[in-house]
Amino acid sequence: MTDGPVSGGQVSSGEFAGKVALVTGASGGIGRAAALRFASGGATVVCSDIAEDGGHETVSLIAAGGGTASLVLADVSSESDVESLIDITMHEYGRLDIAFNNAGIGLFGKTIVEHTEDDYDRIMGVNSTGVFLCLKYEIPAMLESGGGCIVNTASKAGLVGDAGLSVYSASKHAVVGMTKTAALEYARKGIRVNCVAPGVIDTDINTPFWQANPGAYEEFSKKPPMGRMGTAEEVAEAVAWLCTDDAAFVHGHAMSVDAGMLAE
Amino acid sequence: MGMLDGKVAVVTGGTYGIGRAVSVRAAAEGAKVVIGARGQQAGIDTVKEIEAAGGEATFIATDVAKADDVEALIGGTIAAYGRLDLACNNAGIGGERQLIHEVSEEDFESIMALNLRGCFVCVKLELQQMLKVGGGSIVNMASANGLIGTALFTAYTASKHGMVGLTKAAALEYADKGIRVNAVCPGGVETPLFTETYPVGSESRKAAMDFHPIGRIGTSEEIAAAVVFLWSDKASYITGTCLTLDGGLTAN
Repeated sequence: MTDGPVSGGQVSSGEFAGKVALVTGASGGIGRAAALRFASGGATVVCSDIAEDGGHETVSLIAAGGGTASLVLADVSSESDVESLIDITMHEYGRLDIAFNNAGIGLFGKTIVEHTEDDYDRIMGVNSTGVFLCLKYEIPAMLESGGGCIVNTASKAGLVGDAGLSVYSASKHAVVGMTKTAALEYARKGIRVNCVAPGVIDTDINTPFWQANPGAYEEFSKKPPMGRMGTAEEVAEAVAWLCTDDAAFVHGHAMSVDAGMLAE
Repeated sequence: MGMLDGKVAVVTGGTYGIGRAVSVRAAAEGAKVVIGARGQQAGIDTVKEIEAAGGEATFIATDVAKADDVEALIGGTIAAYGRLDLACNNAGIGGERQLIHEVSEEDFESIMALNLRGCFVCVKLELQQMLKVGGGSIVNMASANGLIGTALFTAYTASKHGMVGLTKAAALEYADKGIRVNAVCPGGVETPLFTETYPVGSESRKAAMDFHPIGRIGTSEEIAAAVVFLWSDKASYITGTCLTLDGGLTAN
């Protein structure tokens, strides 16, 4: 554990009071927004990422808001990292109730012919293998905790194709498939598994693409039927809702948060 | 403070089962609720239940298969509260379990008239009002049968698939006008209709429970919670989607 636990000591009530929530990819974007949302709902949040500075910042933001969080550095594409992430969580907090498997990388604007084998391995390693490894180690910890709730970050590109995103799309289709299968396997063991399928969300993951393609930011802002990109906070609200008891009958679902893009 | 403070909501079929739970939950979240349904007594009872809990509701006798009734419902809503922000188009019927070649045209027409045509008329009139206030959120009560087929439920399945299509098209048309349109797709839900079809203690009920991967059917309150979430600002980037609550049914 790199940081913490750091506690602001103020948030003790809320829909996630008494729960321990793990968020991967918590150093920025959707992961940070979800970590903050879980914390404001009263959860103790284990933030994980490979990016140390951003991770510290998320933990500090949670503490400043009165919540409790810690940072565990982990590369989700490494089995030993994921194993130790879950071990540390269970050792420190004794339970795991919520997991948001969100760590992911993107590679935009290359055709399938232009993708290298290395691109493929890297993207699948984080986005697909990463979710697989997280599920593999989270589920036993949740069974030990008496049940739990898992949300994976898929994508609109996990449900339909998207030109220029071949490998990313494949990796996210895999996330949707694993979500449904894991949901079926643990349906009667008290573990709910769902995923969110965001459309175009304005986060740092896209920055290299905007920088390499002048005008693309404006162009992509117009793509969603609502005429704007989504915010990380809007996705985090959907993730949080899926983890509440209100969503107890939602299971194996890919929840679109995309301003209607999939409906087109 | 509720999630729907200051909002005016219309709920069709709002006196039984899921619709009643939506009405009750909406009022508990601070919305003024206009309930449109056919049964006068059930309407009065639902309003009483909401008022007893400190909420505000009005009942307007409505058969959504009759366009005039829907006009009176929306007109009555504006007359009572001056605006319309939220709508849950929930009125629907299931129909007899029959093979397609045995289904009469009349039965097919009546199910489509209530479930799909009724939804269309409601959405059309609701949108007209929502455009006036510059925004709104509509939730249509589709079904897992709007996504997959179920043997012996031809007309119902067709009508619910139709509602999913209508939802997506409407969402796209009004996305840039501040109006969100989504569908909820429940699996089996504990309602009076469900218990009528699958009596408590029966083998068929046990089988229906077992058919759902999580081993149970849903509650009306769970479906109502999803409607309220989609209505609320928490779902501000969600439109044109089918929020499925089915205990894993369609993941299989």
